[in-house]
Amino acid sequence: MAEMRREYILNAVIVAALFAVPLWALMAGEPFIITLATRVALLALAAVGLNIALGLGGMVSFGHALYFGIGGYAAGILAHHAFSGTPVAFGIPGTNQMLVIWAVAMGLSGLVALAVGALSLRTSGIFFIMITLAFAQMGFFFTLSWPAYGGEDGLPIFVRNQFPGVNTMLPWELFLLSFAVLLAALGLFAVLRAARFGAALMAIRQNPDRAAAVGISPFGVKLTAFVISGMLTGLAGAMMADLTRFTSPAMMAWTMSGELIVIILLGGVGRLCGPVVGAAILVGFETLFGGWTEHWQLWLGLVLLGAVLFARGGVIGLLAGREGHG
Amino acid sequence: MDSAVLELAGLRKSFGALKATDDVSLTLRPGEIHALIGPNGAGKTTLMAQISGGLRPDAGVIRFRGQDVTGLSVAQRARLGLGRSFQISSLIPEYSARRNVMLALQAREGHPYRFLWPVRRDRGLTEPARAILDRVGLGPRASVPAGELAHGERRLLEIAMALALEPACFLLDEPMAGMGTEGVGRLIAFLRELKAQAPILLVEHDMDAVFALADRVSVLVYGRIIASGTVAEIRANPEVRRAYLGDEETTA
Repeated sequence: MAEMRREYILNAVIVAALFAVPLWALMAGEPFIITLATRVALLALAAVGLNIALGLGGMVSFGHALYFGIGGYAAGILAHHAFSGTPVAFGIPGTNQMLVIWAVAMGLSGLVALAVGALSLRTSGIFFIMITLAFAQMGFFFTLSWPAYGGEDGLPIFVRNQFPGVNTMLPWELFLLSFAVLLAALGLFAVLRAARFGAALMAIRQNPDRAAAVGISPFGVKLTAFVISGMLTGLAGAMMADLTRFTSPAMMAWTMSGELIVIILLGGVGRLCGPVVGAAILVGFETLFGGWTEHWQLWLGLVLLGAVLFARGGVIGLLAGREGHG
Repeated sequence: MDSAVLELAGLRKSFGALKATDDVSLTLRPGEIHALIGPNGAGKTTLMAQISGGLRPDAGVIRFRGQDVTGLSVAQRARLGLGRSFQISSLIPEYSARRNVMLALQAREGHPYRFLWPVRRDRGLTEPARAILDRVGLGPRASVPAGELAHGERRLLEIAMALALEPACFLLDEPMAGMGTEGVGRLIAFLRELKAQAPILLVEHDMDAVFALADRVSVLVYGRIIASGTVAEIRANPEVRRAYLGDEETTA
């Protein structure tokens, strides 16, 4: 019980810090730091998505970059057509409205996750990892050889897409929007985890035979979680494309899938705010060490090694102790 | 006779040349404890797996409450009312004893696709879970993760989860395994009470427990039922005596 209370406090501190740092940067006139914080929020959002599949459901997807990329291309392609005034296909126009783009990004990611999940969730362990990776690589090579949308050069978003009441060109306002969406995703994660669905999903992760023996069919529960997971990561991809004003095959690269797993391992698998901490560490390393050595990932690797060897619950596990399921 | 809760007819299952289940037929009637005994390797576990749905028989029919369930999955059979405990405790290790029982309760109530209301504030789950844990004597240990319970406590939690399903029949796979004499004594008293709620198909190695509890006993040897009858009949059966006492001679 005490450990649970400690995790509540820790979560509050983490979320407050993610808000306070860019607020300080706004006062101090450091827009670059605000953009970094937005990047943390969006990577965290993508990882919250993966955390539903990996953390709660034990499905180690090594292909979540696929959904991240689908979201990114949804934003890029719709914005591209809105900018040029040409239809996407069959007379459907493009759009520069984020709400529409998000809906399309989540819808497409969800559909693809449904197909990938239906095919891959019959396997487990290394086979599951490899099948999810294979699907993501198919997406990667498809975008790479898709000249209509830039191929390997990627696709720029010339004017950031719009959200009602928000000036998305201002770093602070874009941060607030991203932060709000992250909070909503964290809320969704917490609610799902506490509900019957989460109870079934986590039980299946720990002992699928027992879940079946009480009458819970593992496949449907896992597939549902996998689809929700892909949709959230897809949403994060769409928003990330708008942050960087660029979408490219790199969003679907296997290294991106790896980064999302690293974020979760660093922060704490299955922990509510694990993705936020992990994303902050990743972006911190990228920024601090990326400045004076291109081998910053070596240092990140050492930290990851430390986390896996000495802190199985990641940073959250280290600070808040083991997770309780009273 | 015709109102058997569970009925196996002509079940066969082979692994290569090994006939693990060889034309097994048996019934479980309301209100009885039907014990299934047999030496190691007789095929008890294989048979239980076919009844619960983990293994598909090569031939034969399993009828549960009059319905042919031979083609149904483990989860589907559980939802129909087949309550099972595992030979080796199979629990959700990170969940407390209470949440293990709550999982079974929520499964009985319906599908798991409820995304909003938190289970720990769901009185429809927490209250009955408490009552069931009290009933098996695990009340004071309700908050302990299943993975940290003592062996005997885990056996009780297995039973509690089966109870929570309010099944139409219990399938108990060696519930006494590894329990101390005191635990066995208490469990015998408990099962005697339990059979009024739903009949029990009991696989058990502890012969004293079987003879104390069973209304009928079936003896499985090399995948075949060689004898079936009351405790007195089984005790007096020369074939059974040979199977058990002469085990070493025949395998030599």
